[in-house]
Amino acid sequence: MADESITSGAIRTDQDTAGFWGFTKPQAVAFLVMVAFVVVSPFFLYPVFLMKILCFALFVCAFNLLIGYVGLLSFGHAAYFGMGAYVTGYAAKAWGLPPEFAIPLGGLVGAALGLPFGWLAIRRAGIYFAMITLALAQMVYFFSLQAPFTGGEDGIQAIPRGTLFGVFSLTPDMSMYWVTAIVFLAGFLLIHRIVHSPFGQVLKAIRDNEPRATSLGYRVEDYKLMAFVLSAGLAGIAGGTKALVFNIATLTDVHWTMSGEVVLMSLVGGLGTVFGPVVGAAVIITMQNYLAEFGAWVLVIQGVIFIACVLAFRRGVVGEIGNALRVKL
Amino acid sequence: MLETIIFELEMAAPQIVLGLVNGAFYALLSLGLAVIFGMLNVINFTHGAQFMMGAFVAWMLLHYLGIGYWWALILSPLIVGVVGVIIEKTMISRLYKLDHLYGLLLTFGCALVIEGVFRNNFGVSGLPYAVPPELRGGFDLGFMFLPGYRAWVVLVAIITCLVTWYVIEKTKIGSYLRAATERPQLVQAFGINVPRMMTLTYGAGVALAAFAGVLAAPIYSVRPDMGASFIIIVFAVVVIGGMGSILGSVVTGFALGFLEGMTRVFWPEASATVVFFIMAIVLLTRPAGLFGRA
Repeated sequence: MADESITSGAIRTDQDTAGFWGFTKPQAVAFLVMVAFVVVSPFFLYPVFLMKILCFALFVCAFNLLIGYVGLLSFGHAAYFGMGAYVTGYAAKAWGLPPEFAIPLGGLVGAALGLPFGWLAIRRAGIYFAMITLALAQMVYFFSLQAPFTGGEDGIQAIPRGTLFGVFSLTPDMSMYWVTAIVFLAGFLLIHRIVHSPFGQVLKAIRDNEPRATSLGYRVEDYKLMAFVLSAGLAGIAGGTKALVFNIATLTDVHWTMSGEVVLMSLVGGLGTVFGPVVGAAVIITMQNYLAEFGAWVLVIQGVIFIACVLAFRRGVVGEIGNALRVKL
Repeated sequence: MLETIIFELEMAAPQIVLGLVNGAFYALLSLGLAVIFGMLNVINFTHGAQFMMGAFVAWMLLHYLGIGYWWALILSPLIVGVVGVIIEKTMISRLYKLDHLYGLLLTFGCALVIEGVFRNNFGVSGLPYAVPPELRGGFDLGFMFLPGYRAWVVLVAIITCLVTWYVIEKTKIGSYLRAATERPQLVQAFGINVPRMMTLTYGAGVALAAFAGVLAAPIYSVRPDMGASFIIIVFAVVVIGGMGSILGSVVTGFALGFLEGMTRVFWPEASATVVFFIMAIVLLTRPAGLFGRA
């Protein structure tokens, strides 16, 4: 048994969750700061850049639901993100489906893909779980490369953002921004709700002591699978929203480097923290934005950040701040 | 009837040979992964990048120093193995007391760095590496033409796997290794330097990957992403075989390469995904892997 678990930075005190919507006081403050930033920032910063952060923040939150609360490291989350992007993009472009149906459809397909994959992967734990999810995601990549509806190497291009409820055109960046912001906040609060429900308590029990949870009569496999499907579905929603924001769904979204990126964002923000995914996504997307002109150096720098985080910075940004302030964020 | 069978065989044989060549690389890479995992409890995500480095070092030896294939077959694994030892000494060795997943994340980061550096210096297009003159040509087997180099790769891979198996299962060093895998503290108490064994094991596993890389250089073009596409399939191979036995991972590697070749004959579109399907079936029936211990 390893001395330090990968989720040792995770929230373990649940007796003080009675406060504001299940947030502790510091978390409530952090949440309000985050909401304020989401509302104010588009007036100062480029909305498309912010939308990218929000989409990835939701993606990382979905990933974090598995690693932070069930202790499962998925190395293949690009499959659900990318499939969500493809399906939302295809539905919006080929069928002219409005965004209020196209995005949830992406989420449904992500969850539907997560069901068999999760069912297979939860048979093993730890390193094997990571390898299995990676291999299954690679299968989705090859499928996307060959399937007719994904457009192969070109991807699906010129995806229309459509008109929300038949009233609000999302073509202007600001309209799309508010939709993205609402999708992100709804997803964030949903995950928060899941984690603090009785279901979430059982998940944490499984993470901390699986044999014990089994002996208490919980069907551990069912709980793990449910969490996996929820995580995959939310990743699909994040991918679908991203497809509408950028009008494009490509092989990049299903590639293994995308799976690696979500792990990296989660690690930088702090594994198993509530706000770490958001901070991690913001940090990595900002970095990519500034380094875009350096080409392959982005890969090197991401690798170096990976190494630095694992060797010296395992709590991540939010974990370190929380540790310094002695609060769980 | 007989003619159709012969015709099918003529169509199938080259694909099956190609499958066996792929299988040789699956076997060599999964063998290295299994050796490293057995001793260090780390899944070496850098394995693919080290395979790629092996091919690149061979290419650089030829183009910058004029050192040919045969010396590269020895020098390249040594050079990459030394780099591996440095990685283990400076980074991986700090993680043994932590959750094993950190080892996976760290080596993933190393793989990104290595791949990125090679991409910066050599671009993404492949570099050619010629088949050594001694192995050019081939054998006409009647129903097919067997290229000499491919036959060589399969032969060398089998010999390397058998030698590795012999060293681990039948020699004194191998017995120390196996003992240290089971009970590291106890073995250390007997005065054996276990940390140094771990370092050398990692170096040896990495050298094996680089050796496979040199073998691969004349077959596949030498390119920075050649390892990444291989390593994910090898992960599936490792899940299928289980990491319990050395011979198990070798047999699984060859068998899956062969199956992939067969699939390419009968249903080409599925050839890229067949290994993953088999992984799914194995997970359903024998979750610990075909040769694994539950």
